[in-house]
Amino acid sequence: MAIKQLAVFVQNKKGTLVSVTDTLAKNNVNLRALSIAETADLGILRLIVNDNDTAVKALSAEGYLIKTIDVVGVKIGDAPGKLTEALAVLDKADINVEYLYAFMTRTEKHAYVVLRVEDNNAAEKVLEDAGFHIITEADVDKL
Amino acid sequence: MKENYYQKEIETMPVEEIKKLQSEKLVKQVKHVYENVEYYRNLMDEKGVKPEDIKGIEDLHKLPFLTKADLRDAYPYGLLAKPLEDCVRIQSTSGTTGRRVVAFYTQKDIDLWEDCCARAIMAAGGTNKDVCQVAYGYGLFTGGPGLNGGSHRVGCLTLPMSSGNTERQIQFMMDLNTSIICCTPSYAAYIGESLKEQGYKPEDIPLKAGIFGAEAWTEEMRKSIEATLGIKAYDIYGLTETSGPGVTFECSEQTGMHINEDHFYAEIIDPDTGEVLPEGSKGELVFTSLDKEAFPLLRYRTRDICVLSRKKCSCGRTLIKMAKPMGRTDDMLIIRGVNVFPSQIETVLIKEGYQPNYQIIVDRKNNTDTFDVNVEMAPEQFTDKLSEVLAMEKALANAIKIMLGINPAVHLLPPKSIARSEGKAVRVIDNRKLY
Repeated sequence: MAIKQLAVFVQNKKGTLVSVTDTLAKNNVNLRALSIAETADLGILRLIVNDNDTAVKALSAEGYLIKTIDVVGVKIGDAPGKLTEALAVLDKADINVEYLYAFMTRTEKHAYVVLRVEDNNAAEKVLEDAGFHIITEADVDKL
Repeated sequence: MKENYYQKEIETMPVEEIKKLQSEKLVKQVKHVYENVEYYRNLMDEKGVKPEDIKGIEDLHKLPFLTKADLRDAYPYGLLAKPLEDCVRIQSTSGTTGRRVVAFYTQKDIDLWEDCCARAIMAAGGTNKDVCQVAYGYGLFTGGPGLNGGSHRVGCLTLPMSSGNTERQIQFMMDLNTSIICCTPSYAAYIGESLKEQGYKPEDIPLKAGIFGAEAWTEEMRKSIEATLGIKAYDIYGLTETSGPGVTFECSEQTGMHINEDHFYAEIIDPDTGEVLPEGSKGELVFTSLDKEAFPLLRYRTRDICVLSRKKCSCGRTLIKMAKPMGRTDDMLIIRGVNVFPSQIETVLIKEGYQPNYQIIVDRKNNTDTFDVNVEMAPEQFTDKLSEVLAMEKALANAIKIMLGINPAVHLLPPKSIARSEGKAVRVIDNRKLY
């Protein structure tokens, strides 16, 4: 049920980010969410996009090192404390979150949280059991 | 200041007499090597040279060269010229797989090496009234043992500190009134900075002289160390292959290093043709051990680019002088006193599962070498987790440290991020401007 995230490995230097987003724009790929982890030397861009295949093809053609990874997407209420509730569920189940990032949409009164964990199925199960809505690729397409 | 000599007769010997002495020693040495070292005998036979063809130093050019590759091929005993029961010590170059040099010494070899170091210490003004702190590494590295022996011979009170533990170095220096320190120039600079940070002024520091070697350093660095520590800084040069530090040493004139040419004969050759060049020419420095017994290398190519000069020296020594090396004919780097070949980094990368797409960047900041290794990651190694990338960098840095003995900063990069000119990557960027 997990959703696809693209990870792009780049050098942390001027002009890199714009070159990635420009490549995506030229190929008509729309960004849903973006998060960056960086050191002084390198950056790892994590992207949720509307068209994975096109994005991978376009970025690979430009020589970017890119990897597609399954991550858990969960819908949470747009209100204080909602993220804490979701994280508490995972914590209780002893599921470690490697990283996460969140995004909002224009239309819905929800936030979406992307979670990178070791075992997607386990995380999805405990979150669903606690009443959270897990999002799918189809959900992402509709955003 | 009155000039001190450890072996005045040799150090101030008229040039004609030195040449006569060298000739006598060379004839004997070639015979000794030919009879006892099969490896070199084969090289001579291939060249059609017999020991009786070498009648004096003027015939030296007839002999074949030895290179680091020969040392590797002959490892460990192939160039040994004495039975092991006559040997009392080995020394070795800094932990370098594949290129490790193990040199053997008889007691006589140790004696002449320590004599050379004693000459260096006295040329720096040392006497038996001095306190000599040896802060070169002790162990397989020649720096500590060599200067330690020389210091004993001069009669200095010797502090066998070895390198590192700067706080303790400073404490002993201040408490026991160290007057001479022996270490790498970068370590001297580091000690100087530490003293300065602790509020010591040059006049508070008991040192009067420093004997610094094992790595390249500039005149600017000399001036800076001299000012910080309030001393006169002397250069010293040598290599494990010929014995260790003290093959050549600097005197008060500070215009090059006197070669202990009663033991080591120096030639300058054209590195491409092997032709011997006249005095004053720039070329590759080649050493012949004239009287070492256990590991007597004849015509060993140092790969250091250098100039020799017999110009009269104000110190009274007649020993020929070599300028500070001006570069290398191979790709060897000396980083923090340790010999580093790019191929060693390559070996580690392959062993650790990386492609050999890398770049070594060396610089000098606050008189200390910085050592960065950029490595391109292969697609299958890429992970979206930053923590994993950092852990991989740390593991690789550790593997390089195990190989070389010095710690690099490793930076993993995306594929093709290391610039290539004409398809060939530049493996080494040395920003230190040492030559």
